[in-house]
Amino acid sequence: MAKTVVLERKPLSLSERTYLPQILTGLKTTFTNMFKEKVTLQYPEEKPVLPPNYRGVPTLVKDPNGREKCVSCQLCEFVCPPKAIRITPGSVPEDHEDREHVEKAPQEFEINMLRCIYCGYCEEVCPEEAIFLQNEYSFSGYTRDEMINDKAKLYELGGTLPDDHYKWDKKKEAEEKGNPH
Amino acid sequence: MNMVDFLFYVFATLSVGGGLLMVFSRHPVPAALFMIVSMVGVAALFVILEAFFLAILQVLVYAGAVMVLFLFIIMLLDVGPEGGKAWRVKFLSGFMGIVFVGLLVLSLLDIGLDRSSSLAWPALEEGVMVNGESLVFSASVKNFGYGLFAKYMLPLQVSGFLLLAAMVGVIILSKKSSASEEV
Amino acid sequence: MMLDAETLQLVGMKFLFALLMVGAVMTMAGYSVLAERKVSAWMQGRVGPNRTVLPYVQYIPILGPFLRGLGIFQPLADGLKFLFKEEIVPGHVNKLYYYMAPLVALVPALTTMTVLPFGEFFHDNGESFPLILADLEVGILFILAVSSLGVYGIVLAGWSSNSKYPFLGGIRSSAQMISYELAMGLSLLPVFLWVSEPGSGLSALSLTGIVASQAESTWLIIVQPVSALIFLIALFAETNRLPFDMPESETDLVGGFHTEYGSFKFGIFFVAEYAHIVVGSAIFTAIFLGGWHVFPWVADPWPENWLGSLLGVGCFLTKTVLLIFFFIWIRWTLPRFRYDQVMHLGWVRLLPLALVNLVFYVILVSWLDQPVATN
Repeated sequence: MAKTVVLERKPLSLSERTYLPQILTGLKTTFTNMFKEKVTLQYPEEKPVLPPNYRGVPTLVKDPNGREKCVSCQLCEFVCPPKAIRITPGSVPEDHEDREHVEKAPQEFEINMLRCIYCGYCEEVCPEEAIFLQNEYSFSGYTRDEMINDKAKLYELGGTLPDDHYKWDKKKEAEEKGNPH
Repeated sequence: MNMVDFLFYVFATLSVGGGLLMVFSRHPVPAALFMIVSMVGVAALFVILEAFFLAILQVLVYAGAVMVLFLFIIMLLDVGPEGGKAWRVKFLSGFMGIVFVGLLVLSLLDIGLDRSSSLAWPALEEGVMVNGESLVFSASVKNFGYGLFAKYMLPLQVSGFLLLAAMVGVIILSKKSSASEEV
Repeated sequence: MMLDAETLQLVGMKFLFALLMVGAVMTMAGYSVLAERKVSAWMQGRVGPNRTVLPYVQYIPILGPFLRGLGIFQPLADGLKFLFKEEIVPGHVNKLYYYMAPLVALVPALTTMTVLPFGEFFHDNGESFPLILADLEVGILFILAVSSLGVYGIVLAGWSSNSKYPFLGGIRSSAQMISYELAMGLSLLPVFLWVSEPGSGLSALSLTGIVASQAESTWLIIVQPVSALIFLIALFAETNRLPFDMPESETDLVGGFHTEYGSFKFGIFFVAEYAHIVVGSAIFTAIFLGGWHVFPWVADPWPENWLGSLLGVGCFLTKTVLLIFFFIWIRWTLPRFRYDQVMHLGWVRLLPLALVNLVFYVILVSWLDQPVATN
């Protein structure tokens, strides 16, 4: 254990006891601060730079081929702590072009933004990488109904993100080789 | 009735009304506030008499300092509406009030009877010799200064000494009580 | 009631001048609020209010955005906000005194300026008159007396609110006022001595006399720095400005005496505080900073005509504004004192210092006047 050193506090000199020199130093500090560059952001005109892992409004994304990624497994609905997500599962019609290898897709997908706490669990749990918390941070509305994002709104907000896996393509390829799953 | 008379009645009403309201207030805090109103009214009456210095002293010392102290004490002790209502206190204050009103009426009657003698200015005709010139009586600050520090120097010093004695007495009294509590 | 035309005209003119002066002081108070917000913002690395615009002014090419950036129209918006806010009166207050308190706080601030000289008017025939509403022989005493009444607003607000934090604010305020008024008065006595030395013929108790004496010799802050310092500290305490804002102290008393006040009544308290600062700065300027004379030791460089008097008023206003800036500057630099520290500073430090200062100048003045007396 380090040896404790007791420092003697020096008695204050006369000028220190009046506090006036210290006050003058403080005044100098604040005065120079007046002319430094301002650190605040003029918000509506200037937007903040968001870090890459920013968690904004949760959205649904499509893959680069423009196909719906979500398969309505309902894991996100299950994991959501405030129960903000509600999914009505539905199946993809057999004859749907380009989607024949996908069994299910959400019929309706609602995220209630009045409940959402932006925790990002849905993004983390999603096996299809279909739900992302993106950079939108100023989501607002005039009514409670406006604050519930339905499927169309979620895709509109989400857009398309680059995809490394192309899962549907792989599935299609596998099936064509006669090796489904 | 000219302007000055009109103002006199306004401020006289203010001071007398304030005084009456002070007496009839149940709660001590409004009473203290009405006393301030009354004092400001008196100060305004001094202004009408062109005694600015007296008026300002009235406001500065009584309304500004003494009454702040009064209010401070009243609020600190939290005196309620029933404070100081023992019958003996009531009786004594009523009696003293009647006596003083009687004296006032008597003196007014006296003035009314013999206007010439009582209403004259205080005798200052002998003049105060300062720097070889005699001062004419006026309400200016200079006169007060020379009066207090030249002519009435001794009374001033004596009264100052009396106040000092009172202060020392207060200090000793408060010391003694705290010492006896310790024992 | 007999009123001839001449009296009416005189009263009317005085009334008009008083209105003008109230307007000027209130405007300055409003803009000191803006200055407070702006300066505090700058000192904290922010930009401060810069959003308020007037309908058409914003379209003026360069000036419009510049004024908007300075927040010039913010006081208007603030005032309107106070006017249109919901008037909330808590159920537990003592109504009459609750309504009276803001007025009692504001009136002394506006009354003190009647004896405040702010310039000099040069008549064609070479005479000069001070620009002042009422040139009282005992002007400074008047200011001390009336400003000491300002405490009743705070005490009344604290008491009538029937709530503990405002009450504590009121109590603290009265104690603080009593403590610092003494030091303030004592710090002015050497000034009176210095100004009214035998033979000067100046009345030291009137502010015009003090300004005139500073024009003859030099600024009193140079002659009597200690008096100026004590007066300034006491002025901070009397205006409840930050190192001494005991009655308000947001951190330990919520909002102090105005906790229970809202909307326009709070606005009046707010304006009263800044009016006190404006008038206090002007008084300090007149007593210690040479009033409307621009340099110490040097006679005014401008001619003695209307231009000169205008420049003099401008000079006085500039000094006052700089002093208001100093008030704000101090506020955003120093932390608040504890209550016992305020009392300690007032009674144990400032009062003895003021007494020593007084004795020193009594000896100095009597020593300096020795040859004059023997001649």
